[in-house]
Amino acid sequence: MNFSYTILIPLIPLAVFLLLGIFNKKIKPTVSGYIGVFGLLASTLLSFYTAYQYFFVIGKVDGVYQTFVEKTVWMHFTETLHIDMGILIDPISIMMLIVVSVVSLMVNIYSIGYMKGDDGCTRFFAFLGLFSFSMYGLVLATNLFQIYIFWELVGVSSYLLIGYYYTKPSAVAAAKKAFIVTRFADLGFLIGILIIGYYTGTFDFETLNNPEGSAILNWASTSFMGLSAITWALILIFIGGAGKSAMMPFHIWLPDAMEGPTPVSALIHAATMVVAGIFLVARLFPMYYFVEHGFALNIVAYVGAISSLFAAIIAITQTDIKRVLAYSTMSQLGYMMFALGVSGYDGQEGIGYMASMFHLFTHAMFKALLFLAAGSIIHAVHSNYLKDMGGLRKYMPITHITFLIAALAISGIPPFAGFWSKDEILVAAFEHNKLIYYIGVIVAGLTAFYMFRIYFGIFWGKDRKYEHTPKESPLSMTFPLMFLALISIVGGFIPFSEFITPDKAGFDAHLNYPLAAIAIGIGLTGILLAWMFYKKENNLAEKFANGFGIFYKWTCNKFYFDEFYLFVAKKIIFKRISAPIAWFDKKVVDGTMVGIGNKTVQTSEKIKGMQSGKVQDYAFAFVGGVVVLALVFIYLW
Amino acid sequence: MNIGSFLLMRQEILLLAIILLLIICEIFISQNKKSSIIHLAIFLFGIHTIVGFFAIEESEIFGGMFRTNGLIHFFKNVLNIGVLIILLQSADWLQEKIVHENRGTEFFVLLFSSLLGMYFMISSGDFLMFYLGLELSMLPVAALAAYETTQRKSSEAGIKLILSSALASGVSLFGISMLYATTGSIYFNDIIEVITATNLSILGLILFFAGLGFKISLVPFHFWTADVYEGAPISIASYLSVISKGAAIFILMILLFTVLKPLMHIWENIIYVIAVATMFIGNLFALRQQNMKRFLAFSSIAQAGFILLGLIIGNQLGAATVVYFVLVYVFSNLAAFGVVQAISLRTGKEKMSDYEGLYRTNPNLSLVMMLALFSLAGIPPVAGFFGKFFLFTAAASEGYYILVFIAVVNVTISLYYYLLVVRAMFLRQSDTAIPFFKNNLYMRLGLIIAVLGILILGIYSPVYDYIYELSKNIL
Repeated sequence: MNFSYTILIPLIPLAVFLLLGIFNKKIKPTVSGYIGVFGLLASTLLSFYTAYQYFFVIGKVDGVYQTFVEKTVWMHFTETLHIDMGILIDPISIMMLIVVSVVSLMVNIYSIGYMKGDDGCTRFFAFLGLFSFSMYGLVLATNLFQIYIFWELVGVSSYLLIGYYYTKPSAVAAAKKAFIVTRFADLGFLIGILIIGYYTGTFDFETLNNPEGSAILNWASTSFMGLSAITWALILIFIGGAGKSAMMPFHIWLPDAMEGPTPVSALIHAATMVVAGIFLVARLFPMYYFVEHGFALNIVAYVGAISSLFAAIIAITQTDIKRVLAYSTMSQLGYMMFALGVSGYDGQEGIGYMASMFHLFTHAMFKALLFLAAGSIIHAVHSNYLKDMGGLRKYMPITHITFLIAALAISGIPPFAGFWSKDEILVAAFEHNKLIYYIGVIVAGLTAFYMFRIYFGIFWGKDRKYEHTPKESPLSMTFPLMFLALISIVGGFIPFSEFITPDKAGFDAHLNYPLAAIAIGIGLTGILLAWMFYKKENNLAEKFANGFGIFYKWTCNKFYFDEFYLFVAKKIIFKRISAPIAWFDKKVVDGTMVGIGNKTVQTSEKIKGMQSGKVQDYAFAFVGGVVVLALVFIYLW
Repeated sequence: MNIGSFLLMRQEILLLAIILLLIICEIFISQNKKSSIIHLAIFLFGIHTIVGFFAIEESEIFGGMFRTNGLIHFFKNVLNIGVLIILLQSADWLQEKIVHENRGTEFFVLLFSSLLGMYFMISSGDFLMFYLGLELSMLPVAALAAYETTQRKSSEAGIKLILSSALASGVSLFGISMLYATTGSIYFNDIIEVITATNLSILGLILFFAGLGFKISLVPFHFWTADVYEGAPISIASYLSVISKGAAIFILMILLFTVLKPLMHIWENIIYVIAVATMFIGNLFALRQQNMKRFLAFSSIAQAGFILLGLIIGNQLGAATVVYFVLVYVFSNLAAFGVVQAISLRTGKEKMSDYEGLYRTNPNLSLVMMLALFSLAGIPPVAGFFGKFFLFTAAASEGYYILVFIAVVNVTISLYYYLLVVRAMFLRQSDTAIPFFKNNLYMRLGLIIAVLGILILGIYSPVYDYIYELSKNIL
């Protein structure tokens, strides 16, 4: 028995993409949605079958989950270093398969209703297929090189999907921003890969992650500026992960990416692509843990914690509901990141790792649900802004109830899914790093507060002047909401600690009652405050805001991060470097020619073309270059 | 020496035969059937390209002046494919020139002569043959750059090219004479034995390097590039940017890796400095270009900077990655130039803003352009990504981390301007978008070959394995 059939899981969406992409014009928009859904349904069923086979039938040998690798050598790069292509089956790749499948399928179904009447929607479903293919390829990758290829492909498909509404200039700008910012972070990833390839001689996860392997044991043999070269590589790889997972300071693209269609936000910017960074760290977790006693892992923990707090604070002040959800996503990603950061390796110690993956799973479900519900609301009221919403519970009962379930789940209220995973994260943080634990608790309170702030704002309060009465969305849109709501209710009861631990042996997790009580208490406090502030319209919130004065203004402006980037990009790179050089090209190089040419044109039209004066400049530069090189390399080097 | 050993020069002899045949045919072809010259030339060259794929043994003749081996032969084939694509893409334009403006076969004769020069240059076994090849490859191109006799810009490009290249080859020859002065020989095999790093030989190396740096358009020897690309006919611009540049890189690589290997501690530093300068200057100038030809000119300067990353390490891995990158670059750049040519020919439009909304009206051309630009920018899974990735891995394998870092920063900068074009085509709308048009068969074929190259080279790994095997021979 082997798992080679899992190769079909990514290939089916690829086929959908090719089919829809090539026969773009010949397929009716309505049909294309069903093609996409059936393709993903097949992948989803296969994913569940794989999961069943792995977890319950053949995966466990002597109490430890095995890693199955099917691969072929794709290219011999040098005599020693070769690059493979293949699939890797282990607990986290299976879990990711399930997450990607379920959310992609739901988003595809939802999009049939949401994109109805959009004449470009064949293109949309083709891109969704491309994205699913890339994401599956990413989670199944067997080595760093392969994961990098799919990593970039995911970025490309995200670029295409964010910029889908290409008539909207803001969408186009956002797409480009997302692509370039993440690409910039990928610089780190790429160089990290190269360093690892050079020092360990392999790209293979299995070889790299072996705690008794040379990659981990020999980390001390190399050093660069006081740290092991491998540690540097891991930090650089984490930078790549931070770009995709919107950690500080690479988060700036995520809120803008909300310009894309809402189902895309649910799929890519809430549930799947943004967790790629978390997955990457988890994939290399043994390396992060063992190399240089977890130095790089500490960085992961603090970046995660700071991002989490930072984003939660910003989320409170946003007025666009999709942006609130975007910052909330960033905050929850920070949660997962620091959970990995505080994790140990053996047995019970691995609770942080387990909790991180658990939260990744539950968060994917309820955050996708929140986005899809938000999409349903936006669909009904034709606005993203809280000020245009209110009292919608009467008109949209299903959306209301499912949104409430998701909001309770993210706020960590039992028995909803988010409670269980969040609790494990807080337990892990409490045991390893008190500072991070306190940050986690504060963020939990803030999360409950901002989530119920928008909940009350949308569904309670006064009706607004709606152009036409909002009505519940069609079944194709509400079915995914209900399905995801169901998982958000029961998902927390999955005994994750038996399936997914760093040492793959599993352990029994128990609820830590005092910590759970604190978490629930702070969550309820947040909800209560939100209720007081926003249940009925009053000026309590404004008074409160005035009290905080400058701080409120800063958070409202996202701590001026975007401005800072713009300053660097526009003022420094464009104005100080690029513009002068372009100016030099145009005025000095070109201008000399034009200037001389204009004078000459009066005397002789013919000579101008031949004697531009420019060639002399070129010759001067040429000879000058030679002379400088000669002087430098003969006398100075 | 028997007749059989002439077969080593099979490619050269065949190409020479084609040139002569074309000259003779011109006499017999009547005025109203002139377009058949184009079909004939493309047909003959197509056959030549196919015949080129037959293997050739590794040997040398004329007392070592001319030599060939697997890698050299392979590279000639790469040049052939590139020239074939250029011919296909220019067929439509030539139709106009030859039939309506009553031009002769000189385009083909000059182009093939230049290619012949490149054959001799990369097969050379001593500096004399090298220099002859270098000159033969450059002079006809200067004439071709001025091919559009009615346009002043074209003449200007021709003059600029010939003046600059005269300077460059003069400097290069001066450098060769210095190398001769220190070693007492012009034969590569002899020079390897005796060359050491003295002031004179280093000066010789630098002068020689500058001459080839001119052809590769390395900073600061690049100034001619943008003007010539802009003024010359597009076919010639793409020939200069792909074929001429590729051949120069190849021979530079062979000479540095073999003959000048004893001076490696000098030239690796020269290349380091030049690589950094070339990447930055090329990229930063490209950022603000509005004319597509100038844009591609600066982009090709930047690409040359990347290639130096493979040259710097001076071993088999470096050779393999450089040749692979050039191969990928041939297809990517020709696809981009092909689209620019097709549009320029039909509409006369060459500005980036003219491309707005192109996807709506000409989806296929836009897709080709997007693939080409993605490949140039190094986005997976198209071939350009692998080309760049391998170059970076090669440089990193010898510990050039800072250089790799600089290169990767430059890749990100380049992504920005490549996306500008993609954005104009796909994400912008325009009322004055270029209306739909259909390309003729040759142009389509030329674009299709280029696109297949971009797609297949990235995924089909035996190509790299093959090049890596061949690269053993040169060291």
